[in-house]
Amino acid sequence: MYVIVAGGGKVGYYLAWNLVDDGYEVLVIERNRAKAEAIREHLGAVVMVGDAAEASVLEAAGAIRADVVIATTGDDEDNLIICQVAKRRFDVERVIARVNNPKNEQLFKRLGIDATVSQTNVLLHLIEQRLIPDGLIHLLTLKHQEVGIVEVRVGPESPVVGRTLAEIRLPPDCVFSAINRGDNVIIPTGRTRLEAGDDVIAVTRAEREAELRRLLVGM
Amino acid sequence: MRVVIVGCGRVGAHLATTLDQRGDEVAVVDISADAFLRLEEDFSGLAIRGTGIDEDVLRSAKITQADAFLAVTNRDNTNLMAAQLAREVFGVPTVAARVYDPVRAEIFANMGIVTICPTVTIGNLLLDTLEAAPVRTG
Repeated sequence: MYVIVAGGGKVGYYLAWNLVDDGYEVLVIERNRAKAEAIREHLGAVVMVGDAAEASVLEAAGAIRADVVIATTGDDEDNLIICQVAKRRFDVERVIARVNNPKNEQLFKRLGIDATVSQTNVLLHLIEQRLIPDGLIHLLTLKHQEVGIVEVRVGPESPVVGRTLAEIRLPPDCVFSAINRGDNVIIPTGRTRLEAGDDVIAVTRAEREAELRRLLVGM
Repeated sequence: MRVVIVGCGRVGAHLATTLDQRGDEVAVVDISADAFLRLEEDFSGLAIRGTGIDEDVLRSAKITQADAFLAVTNRDNTNLMAAQLAREVFGVPTVAARVYDPVRAEIFANMGIVTICPTVTIGNLLLDTLEAAPVRTG
């Protein structure tokens, strides 16, 4: 799998480092020659100097065979246009943009960006969850935040404890996709019996979250 | 007509002044307050300090009532993002952006934004001057 990382700042650099470590083919495109040189010293020949919003630079980077382009610069307008050029010009299957201003997350999705990562929002979510632990953690939101993947811990008082999935009445538009129990991950069937302390990974519509939480947490 | 202009450089200031004198309702947006010094003293439109890629800034420039939107900062990506905001979020009927990079100009023209590419336009004008130019012999 070939991943192009646009922008070799802190985010781009650590991302590329991890991707290289995980065995991906990676190329970082960085405008600043000195920054590019520093990355080359640390990660080897996985960096090129250039402006990733220029089609000629993306072409030289082999964007045509890239599976993913991730734009990580500190400027939202650059990240948006880099992703759009990659998608429109080079048919890159998946484009991901870092969003510096959280207000832009919705806009970017609307403008065809497959996924956005807002550091600000991620931090806010983490802080909220530490401050207000209500038993439900958002793992991922899909398409305009209507549907999400959440993790809920089954509470000892919950009516679902000791019951099989077939016996439980789930809220509508809600399915269980996995259950973390200790060190095991269980792909549930109707015969799977829930225990207190299970972490249930569920796909649910946003408006069903509260119902799901009440059912599983049990209070 | 009501026009919002993003970028008050030489082109933006010229557009703002001309439209204002013509009697159009103009709002011009720039991140630098100094840029507004380029406007004529009797400019009667709105001058809004802020970035043209922020919905709230554009709202204060009354974009929701605008008939046309012109993005002419010196950065292609800013102009293209501002133009898409104007079109997709605010539904401005006429949206145009200055884009120096011919390739980006073409890509976004295909997405319904009028893109003006000075690189190509000026290049062609200069080539035209050669058309009629006599060639020295001998």
